[in-house]
Amino acid sequence: MEIPCVFHEAHLMRQLHKFHGGVHSPQHKQESTARPIAAARLPTRLVVPMHQHIGNRAKPLVQVGDTVLKGQMIGQADGYVSCAVHAPTSGVVTAIEMATVPHPSGLPDLCITIAPDGAERWVERTPLDYRAMNPSELRNRLRDLGLAGLGGAVFPSHAKLNPGKQPKVPTLILNGAECEPWITCDDMLMRERAAEIVAGAKIMQHMLGSDEVLIGIEDNKPEALAAMRAACAGTAFEVIAVPTIYPGGGAKQLTKVLLGKEPPAGGRSTDIGVQVFNIATSYSLARAVLHGEPLISRIVTVTGNVERPQNFEVLLGTPVKELVALAGKPRSDTHGYIMGGPMMGFTLPADHAPVVKATNCLIASSPALFPPSPPALPCIRCTQCAQACPVGLQPQDLYWFARGREFGKAQEYDLFDCIECGCCDYVCPSHIPLVQYYRFAKSEIWAREREKNQADVARERHEFRETRLERAEKERAEKLAAKTQGSKTPASGDTDAKQAAIQAAIERAKLKRAGVVPQNVENLPAERLKEIEEIEARRIKLKEAMEKQNETWPD
Amino acid sequence: MAFISNTSSVSSVMLKVLFALIPAIAIYQLYFGPAILVELALASITAILAETLILRVRRLPVMPFLMDGSALVTAWLLALSMPPLAPWWLIVIATLFAIIIAKHLYGGLGNNLFNPAMVGYAVMLISFPAHMTQWPAVEGLAHAHLSFGETLRFIFGGDLPASMRLDALTMATPLDTLRTQLLLGRPVQDISAMPVFGYIGGKGSELIALAYLAGGTYLLQQRIITWHIPAAFIGSLALLAFGFNAFDSARYVAPWFHLATSSAMLGAFFIATDPVSGATTPKGKIIFGASIGALVYVIRTWGGYPDGVAFAVLIMNMCVPLIDAFTQPRVFGHDKKKP
Repeated sequence: MEIPCVFHEAHLMRQLHKFHGGVHSPQHKQESTARPIAAARLPTRLVVPMHQHIGNRAKPLVQVGDTVLKGQMIGQADGYVSCAVHAPTSGVVTAIEMATVPHPSGLPDLCITIAPDGAERWVERTPLDYRAMNPSELRNRLRDLGLAGLGGAVFPSHAKLNPGKQPKVPTLILNGAECEPWITCDDMLMRERAAEIVAGAKIMQHMLGSDEVLIGIEDNKPEALAAMRAACAGTAFEVIAVPTIYPGGGAKQLTKVLLGKEPPAGGRSTDIGVQVFNIATSYSLARAVLHGEPLISRIVTVTGNVERPQNFEVLLGTPVKELVALAGKPRSDTHGYIMGGPMMGFTLPADHAPVVKATNCLIASSPALFPPSPPALPCIRCTQCAQACPVGLQPQDLYWFARGREFGKAQEYDLFDCIECGCCDYVCPSHIPLVQYYRFAKSEIWAREREKNQADVARERHEFRETRLERAEKERAEKLAAKTQGSKTPASGDTDAKQAAIQAAIERAKLKRAGVVPQNVENLPAERLKEIEEIEARRIKLKEAMEKQNETWPD
Repeated sequence: MAFISNTSSVSSVMLKVLFALIPAIAIYQLYFGPAILVELALASITAILAETLILRVRRLPVMPFLMDGSALVTAWLLALSMPPLAPWWLIVIATLFAIIIAKHLYGGLGNNLFNPAMVGYAVMLISFPAHMTQWPAVEGLAHAHLSFGETLRFIFGGDLPASMRLDALTMATPLDTLRTQLLLGRPVQDISAMPVFGYIGGKGSELIALAYLAGGTYLLQQRIITWHIPAAFIGSLALLAFGFNAFDSARYVAPWFHLATSSAMLGAFFIATDPVSGATTPKGKIIFGASIGALVYVIRTWGGYPDGVAFAVLIMNMCVPLIDAFTQPRVFGHDKKKP
C-alpha cells in the first residue's frame, strides 16, 4: 500500500477566496518605501490624548508639574474596554487640559502635555513571562501597557486576546494586507522588523490557543512577503500573498479571502473561530511582553505633498507639524493633512494635533494631488457602486433612502453593515459623496434611538409616580376606613373576630409598605425633598448637555 | 469620504454610449441612405434646445446638466428607432415628448420611471401610425434613390423629385413583411426567400444588428453596462423563438432571424440597459432583461405591431421597483437573502 505524499508547504496550496466588489486605485506606495524607517526627533512638546482607543477614556494619574519617566503610566484604563496611556518620554507635565485631537469632529479632548527633558529616562521595564502567567492577569497587564489595534480601529488588544467562553480561537490571522493607497507603515515594519512581528504572533497564538496562524500580505509587497517568510521559517505560520484590491485589508474581507468564511453580520469574527490582528499590533505586543515596553510609539507614513516621503518611528503625542517637517520643508500649496489613507482618512482639524495610536499615515494634501470633487449630479442608478461595494449592499438604494430621510427603509437595506470604505464614492460617475449620506443616516438613526430611550425612561418614571400616588391615596383611604369602622361599632358583634380583622389589615399594610412602596422619600423634611429635586434637575440638565454634545459628533 | 475617485463621470459614460453607436450609424447610412443622418441631427438639435429650455424653466444650472450628454443619448436612440424618411416634425415631436415629458416632468436626469426614448417612440407610433411606416428601402432594392439634397427637401417639405413616388423609396421592414405574409398564410420558408431578407435576417438591417452587437460588446468591456440585461434579453428571445420554431417552423420564424433584427440588438444593449429606468440588482437585471425578451417575442408573434421592443421596455419599466425590492442580494455576513 502506498502512503500518500504529504505536501508540506501548505501555503502554496491554499485556495484563496474572493469578496464581492472592491476597487483598484493608483497605489502611490513607492514614494514612501524608498527610505528606511527613521526615528523621529524628540519634539519640543508632547500632547498625549487620554482617549486614543475605542472604549472609555483613560483617567489621568498625574498632576501639572509632576516629573514623569519615559513609559510611565499617566492615564489609567477605565473599565474593561479601555487602555492605559503612557508618557512617551521623560519630562515634566505642563498641562492637563482640553486640546485639539485628531478627530474629524474637530472637538477637543482631554490631553496631558509633557515638556521633554531630553534625558529619555525610562521607567523600570519588566518583561512578562507570558507562558507562566494567569491569562486574565496577562490581559490586565497588556491593558496597562496600553496595547490597542494599530491598524486604525484601535480596539484594546487585551479584550481581543481572550478566547472567551470557547476553549480557544482556532485561527489567528495577522493582517499585513495594507490595502489603502499611500500607506506603507506596515510594509516597512514587515521589511525591517519581521522577527518581532512573528514573536508577537507567537504570544497571540499562546493566548488564543490557535491551531493555525495565517499572515495575509497583499502581493504588491514582495519585500515584506520575503522578509516575513524568512522570519516564519521553522514555524507553522503561513505567510500568504493575497491579491491587491481595496479593501482587501479590512479584517472581515481578509478573513473571507483567506478562509472563505464570513464573520456574521452584527457578530464577531470569533463566532467563526477567527481573530484578526494588525501586524503592527503584533510588533507592539512583542515589545510589551518581551521587553516590558508600553505602547508609546508607532510607525507613521509621512507622504503626499512633501519633499522626502518616508516612514518614521514616532512618539505618540508628537505634533503633526513637527513630524511632517522631518520629511522636508512644507510645500507652499499644501492645504491640509489627511490622517489615514485617501479612502477612509479625514482632514486633520489643525496641524498641531498630535500623533495618536490610530495614526498610521499622514498625507500632506494639495489641490494637485487631491483635486476637489466636481459638483455632484443626480444618481443615474448605474450601479457602479453596487458592483464596487465589498459588503454587497445596494448603495444607490441606501443613498435614495438617506436623501429621502426614509431611515427605516435604509435600516431594512442593511445600512449598518456599511463599513464606510469609500469604494462607492470612488467609482460614482455622478461624484455623489455617498458615505457622507450614510453617516448622516446612521447618526440620525442613533439620535432617534436616544430620543426614544429618553422618552421611555421618562414614561416609566411618570408611570411609577402615578402608581405611587395611587397607592398612597388607597392606603390613606384604608386607614380612614379602619378608623371610622373602629369608632362606629364599639360594642356589637364578636370583638375577637373584629380585632383579628383589624390586625390582618395592619399586617397587610405593613407588608405592602415594606415590599413595594419606595423607602425614604416619604415623611422627609421639606428642605431635604427640595434638595433631592435640585440634584435631580442638575442631573437632567447635565444629561441633556451630554446628549447634545454627542449629537454634534458625526460618528 | 474618499479623497480620490476614478476618472469616470456621467458625461464620459454618455459619450461612450454615443461612441458605441457610431458603427451602426455608419452601416445604416450605407444601406439606407443619408436620411438617418438628417434624423440624428434633427433629434440632437431638438433635444439640446428642449433640455436648455426646460433647465431654464426649472431654474437648474444649464451647462452642467447639458454637458452630461444624457439628452444626446436619448436623441440618438430615438433617431435610430424612428423611420428616417418620415417628415421632420415627427422626430421633433418625439424628441420634445421624450425630453420634456418623459424625462423632466418626472424629475429630470436620474428620476424618470420610463425610458424617455421609448416613450417618445411609443407616443408617435400610436398617434401617427402611417408616418411611422416610412422606412427607406435597402440599397439595391429601392426603385429610386434620393440624393442628400433631395432627402432634405423631402423630409422638410414633403417634395419628391417629379418622377418619384413615395412607395418607390420606402419599403416594409423585414419584421412587417414577415407579419403580413404570415397573416396571408404563406409559410416562413417561402417568406424568407423574398428579396427583403438577407443572410439570416433582414437585408442590411442584419448588418446594423451586428454593429449594435459590436457596440454593446464595447460597452461591456468598458463596464458601462453589465452582461445581465443583454444576455437575459437575447437568451429569452432566442429560447422562445427556438421552442416555437422547433414546434412549427412554417409558422414561427427561426431564432437567429429574431436576433438579427436591429431593434433586438439596439434594445438589448442600448435601450433595456438604460440604468435610470431599468432594474439594478444582478438578479433583478436578469428578470428584467428576460421579461423584455419574452414580451418582444410575444408582441412580434401574436401582438398588433410588427415589433415590440418599445412596449416591452415600457411595460417592464413599470415593474422595476417591485423587481428590485424582491431581488436584493445577500449582504456580507448575512445568512440568506431577504424575501
